[in-house]
Amino acid sequence: MKHTLSVLVENKPGVLTRVAGLFARRGFNIDSLAVGESEDPRLSRITLTIDGERHPIEQVTKQLHKLINVVKIRELEPDGMVAAELLLVKVAAEGEKRTEALQVAEIFKAKIVDVDRRALTLRVVGTTDKLEALLELLRPLGILEVVRTGTIAIGRGRG
Amino acid sequence: MSPERRLKGSQALVAALEDEGCEVIFGFPGGVAIPFYDALLDAKKLRHVLVRHEQGAAHAADGYARATGKVGVCTSTSGPGATNLVTGIATAYLDSVPLVAITWQVRSDLIGTDAFQEADITGITLPIVKHSYLVKDTAELPRVVHEAFHIASTGRPGPVVIDIPVDVALGEVAYRKVETVDLPGYKPTVKGHVRQIRAAARAINEAERPVLYLGGGVISADAAPEVRRLAELRRLPVATTLMGLGAFPETHELSMGMLGMHGTVTANYAVHECDLLIAVGARFDDRVTGKLSAFAPHAKVIHIDVDPAEVGKNVAPLVPIVGDAKHVVAALVKELEAMEWSPERTRPWLERIAQRKREFPLTYDEPADGSLPPQFVVETIDRVTNHEAVIVTDVGQHQMWATQYYTYTFPRQFISSGGLGTMGYGLPASIGAKIGRPDATVIDISGDGGFQMTMQELATAVNENVPVVVCILNNQYLGMVRQWQDLFWHKRYSYTCIEVQPDFVKLAEAFGALGLRATKKEEVEPVLREALASGRPTVIDFRVAREENVYPMVPAGSEITEMIGGPSSRRGRKKP
Repeated sequence: MKHTLSVLVENKPGVLTRVAGLFARRGFNIDSLAVGESEDPRLSRITLTIDGERHPIEQVTKQLHKLINVVKIRELEPDGMVAAELLLVKVAAEGEKRTEALQVAEIFKAKIVDVDRRALTLRVVGTTDKLEALLELLRPLGILEVVRTGTIAIGRGRG
Repeated sequence: MSPERRLKGSQALVAALEDEGCEVIFGFPGGVAIPFYDALLDAKKLRHVLVRHEQGAAHAADGYARATGKVGVCTSTSGPGATNLVTGIATAYLDSVPLVAITWQVRSDLIGTDAFQEADITGITLPIVKHSYLVKDTAELPRVVHEAFHIASTGRPGPVVIDIPVDVALGEVAYRKVETVDLPGYKPTVKGHVRQIRAAARAINEAERPVLYLGGGVISADAAPEVRRLAELRRLPVATTLMGLGAFPETHELSMGMLGMHGTVTANYAVHECDLLIAVGARFDDRVTGKLSAFAPHAKVIHIDVDPAEVGKNVAPLVPIVGDAKHVVAALVKELEAMEWSPERTRPWLERIAQRKREFPLTYDEPADGSLPPQFVVETIDRVTNHEAVIVTDVGQHQMWATQYYTYTFPRQFISSGGLGTMGYGLPASIGAKIGRPDATVIDISGDGGFQMTMQELATAVNENVPVVVCILNNQYLGMVRQWQDLFWHKRYSYTCIEVQPDFVKLAEAFGALGLRATKKEEVEPVLREALASGRPTVIDFRVAREENVYPMVPAGSEITEMIGGPSSRRGRKKP
């Protein structure tokens, strides 16, 4: 099962290295990691997704807590969060393929952000599952390049 | 509030160290360390001890910290000076020793250019520090030093690196003693959860076969008196880890000695058979548990530790309690004092343990060729020093004999690299320990292999007039590796024979220390007495039986009851 952690860290040089280094040293695999400034400029928020089958999430959380620069960790439950990821994909789109690519883009509410004679670039925001489904449909057309931000997530409601 | 003074960064650092109560700093100068060393010349209270290799500085600071409970401080120049500290920092990390390592760095504007003697020491040490700093501005220096001492010494202690570019030492700061910390992400838990403590008390009261399992956390938390009270209150038999030696007096009737790979039969079987295991400041390390799935198979576990990440890491406890051992055990004792309990409950268990102790004491055979048994040397050191010396060790067979045949009676008496197993630790750590505890007899029990890794520190001991007694149990082998080759690798002694070695007596004399030698049993006590009476740094070359093995032994990854030298094997059973 995938776990999503929202980790509040001090916005200082080297903090991301400490987090990444901890995962490397303890043998935890990160599925995705996204980081950016939070509502408080002194703090950054890291969203981590981890495969909890392979690594006990409790141990990951406790080890993270030991980093002095980690201020707060919250595990977001799938039902209690809104999660999204941004994907840019460049797909080969000549002749008939172009029509098909445009149809897929339409279905997924993807935006065409760049076009030339031989390729289209799509931008889409969604859950990891949705992005995977999109890529699955585009694959036969010829995917030239994929860029993803990794999941970011936020808890539902006020709390 | 203390008055503000206008100081250079280097002077502010000296002032900050003194304000933290730092009495001694172990170090070695170099190019970018010169401004700090210049300020050290004018230091009023801070003593500097010049080592002969930076690794020695880190180990000496570590030995000082373990012997005193204070923060140990070491310093080195940038690049190779800093990388030479790395082994010592890792040693302190694995054994949770409060250490502050101050490394000097190339000028800020040169960082990242592969400048002369530049190494990214905060990067290199990232996985082996509790925390680290790269100081960018002289104004930050006082706060950083205060935070570093706070982090190193609180919660689960550990090493902190402060890397300071030379221009920061040359800059100016309005210095004032820092007395507060603002670390939103660092709030160690001290008091245990009340409900959990009650649950633990109930489990202890109901147990029929309890064992108290003590680790180094008892010593770092200064919890030995509380733990003793707990043991005596409910008559709990006590097993200590290597790091926990001294947490409970081995002269006490409830002591079973050390558990684990080279632990006693009594301690290991008690853990195997117990119905309740109370772990205090211990982390279920593989050298203690052997095969984890077969460890304490019948036991409910209470785990008391200050580090939440250790609780549940290797073993899932029934009652986890995160908190400082001193507070938690005191609270536990209070709960138990209010509860009814009859000693009848555990009487059969204690009788079984007493029986085992009589049946399986630690013992060794006299070598057939009449050579000197290494265990006898340790027994003699124990007798001559009346269980009162501070014992520092290196790593290997001699270390295990030192755990087995010396009788530890008080905390901070046994100083050894347990987690990292750092050869070369002994001599420099013993120098640090002796400087920290000048009134104590400090003996470094070492091996001929480990001693040769850092023996240049004899010059430090002579230079600073630190009268440590180094007892080399010299078997001309890298003995522990040879033992494994003997037992598990068909006696193929690949590169473990080190017969070509210096004459340790002449070597000691060349350094200006006292050199002595003993080759027979009857020579052991006289050389020890001579060394102790000399008041000088001394090296004693004990020529011991060459192929003696450490028993009992639980082979790595085996069940704790599968002991070589245990009840199931011929060896170790006391001769009729």
